[in-house]
Amino acid sequence: MHLPFFRVLAAVLVAAPSLVVAQDTTSRGVRIGLTYDPGTKPGVVVLPVSTALGDSVAAIVSRDLDLGDRITVIPLDASASRAVARAGAPNWSLLAQLGAAAAIQVTPTPSGLHLAVYNVATRQTALIRDYVAPPASSVRAWRSAVHGLSDELEQSLTGTRGISRTRVLFTRGGRLWLIDSDGHGESPLAGAVTPGSAAWHPNGRTITYSTYVPSQIVVQDIGGRGRTVASGRGVFISPVFTPDGASVVYAHGEDDGVDLYSVPASGGAARRLSVGRGSDNVSPSFSPDGRRIAFMSGRAGHPEIYTMDADGTNVDLLTPLDVGESAYRASPDWSSDGRLVAFQSRIDGQFQLLTVGLRDRALKQLTSDGSNDDPSWAPDARHLVFVSNRSGTRQLWVIDAESGRARQLTRGASVRLPSWSPRLGEP
Amino acid sequence: MNARSLVLTLLACSSFAALEGCRRKVTPAATPVPAGVDAAAAQRRADAQAAEAAQRRADSIAAANAAASRDAAGDRQAQLDMGNILAQRVYFDYDRDQLRDDGAAVLDAKSAVLQANPSITLVVTGHTDERGTAEYNLALGQRRAATVKRYMTGKGVAENRVSTQSLGDSQPASSGGDESAYQQNRRAEFEVRGASGILVRTRD
Repeated sequence: MHLPFFRVLAAVLVAAPSLVVAQDTTSRGVRIGLTYDPGTKPGVVVLPVSTALGDSVAAIVSRDLDLGDRITVIPLDASASRAVARAGAPNWSLLAQLGAAAAIQVTPTPSGLHLAVYNVATRQTALIRDYVAPPASSVRAWRSAVHGLSDELEQSLTGTRGISRTRVLFTRGGRLWLIDSDGHGESPLAGAVTPGSAAWHPNGRTITYSTYVPSQIVVQDIGGRGRTVASGRGVFISPVFTPDGASVVYAHGEDDGVDLYSVPASGGAARRLSVGRGSDNVSPSFSPDGRRIAFMSGRAGHPEIYTMDADGTNVDLLTPLDVGESAYRASPDWSSDGRLVAFQSRIDGQFQLLTVGLRDRALKQLTSDGSNDDPSWAPDARHLVFVSNRSGTRQLWVIDAESGRARQLTRGASVRLPSWSPRLGEP
Repeated sequence: MNARSLVLTLLACSSFAALEGCRRKVTPAATPVPAGVDAAAAQRRADAQAAEAAQRRADSIAAANAAASRDAAGDRQAQLDMGNILAQRVYFDYDRDQLRDDGAAVLDAKSAVLQANPSITLVVTGHTDERGTAEYNLALGQRRAATVKRYMTGKGVAENRVSTQSLGDSQPASSGGDESAYQQNRRAEFEVRGASGILVRTRD
């Protein structure tokens, strides 16, 4: 059943250069034509490589593909592992027996990584690519290069680029932290003290965040120094970049409610967007085209999700209005494909994650285990990172909004307010 | 004995001296001795009068000292009371920014202290319990602080003497996860600025 897409793949190969830098090997405009069906995930075997480095590459790529939730990575036991990769050519019959549509082999080379993809049905090599990668001793840069390979591979196989080369920002113990999307490389970010929520610039190198003490909005290059773009008395919270990266929209209030404001990302005069008349208006999230803003407002007497034009006009209630003070919906995040807004809603005294369709207003509940807060979409518009107390403390979890499959991302001291990065380039 | 109570003691002594002066005017100290009266008897009477006067004087000093001491203690207590009134927290119901009656009473007392002490300013910090989102809780804490400020300005405190901020749920007063801990955490806290030394008492 996967034959057509592999035929297309093989045709694409003709044009593919033999040696390419990882970040620009995407065959732009090429789509395999495979529409995702939650019931169908192509089976893939990641062929073992005999060196220790090869082993760890295979492990990282396998995990990346697995966490992408679009491909079934077929596990190999020790004997299958020995039998599947014969010298010279893959063991086609064994691969077919295992149910693999494709086999993948990533071999470390002196200059980086060599990728081979085999089509099991046609018994042909479907894709050969070489990637430049830094030495494995530069752990973060090397892992990033492997993730870049995984993400391109996923695009070749499914038509959708993977998200393994992304990171998540979050707060823990009065600091901002970063963690790779696969759970590696967890580290505190220098500079930010008493942070509230943080968000990414579309360039993936710059962030904005609020601090409680002093009360301010900061824009900072990762690894650089922060600069204050808004500050003063009262609260300054929940900043996000506009999709063009030119401005920061945040919530501010002192004695008469909290409203949304816009300020140039390089600093300057702030402009008020929302007219809350004493109510709280926080947590803005832009539609990908930058035209609309989803936000949380207490204007109806309890927190609900609204949308408005980027200039603050044409306010519209997005979530169906629940009458009664127990309704509490908050933390909207607009998916990068523009179709859904994820948010949290209080259900039976606990918060659960839901999505609402922009077109049909259809609600879908994603969680039911523990209390779940602050969803943030991955750039594939399919996975969400969020905070859950289901393990006993507040930790980051990732859920596949299609299948509901969830995994724990952080362990240790409790965390809050995650923000998933866009797809990243070389570190 | 601090400087203030020393001043009070001195004040008490000087008013005693003034009273003595008055008493001397109405009660002549040197009684003329009538002719033909036994000089020794007159001397005994004069001695007794002098002893009585000395005793009255000693008693008055003691009484004045005691009164001054009571005043000083009362003043210290008043300072403590006013400090406590200024620091006293105001509590809120879940997801509410409306003042409860207990909170209004606390703010009435604070407003009186502020009005008697024009140099003092207050920073009001709103807090919430851990339920709800961090961002909404920051906004809710700000609303609580703003409610407090609105009430106090309504009681005549100048608007620029009360500033507001919020820490949301980031600094709980109690780390527990039950309703009693949550109630401790849904609060407004007060930081006094510009109080140099002694607070002036409010008029009761």
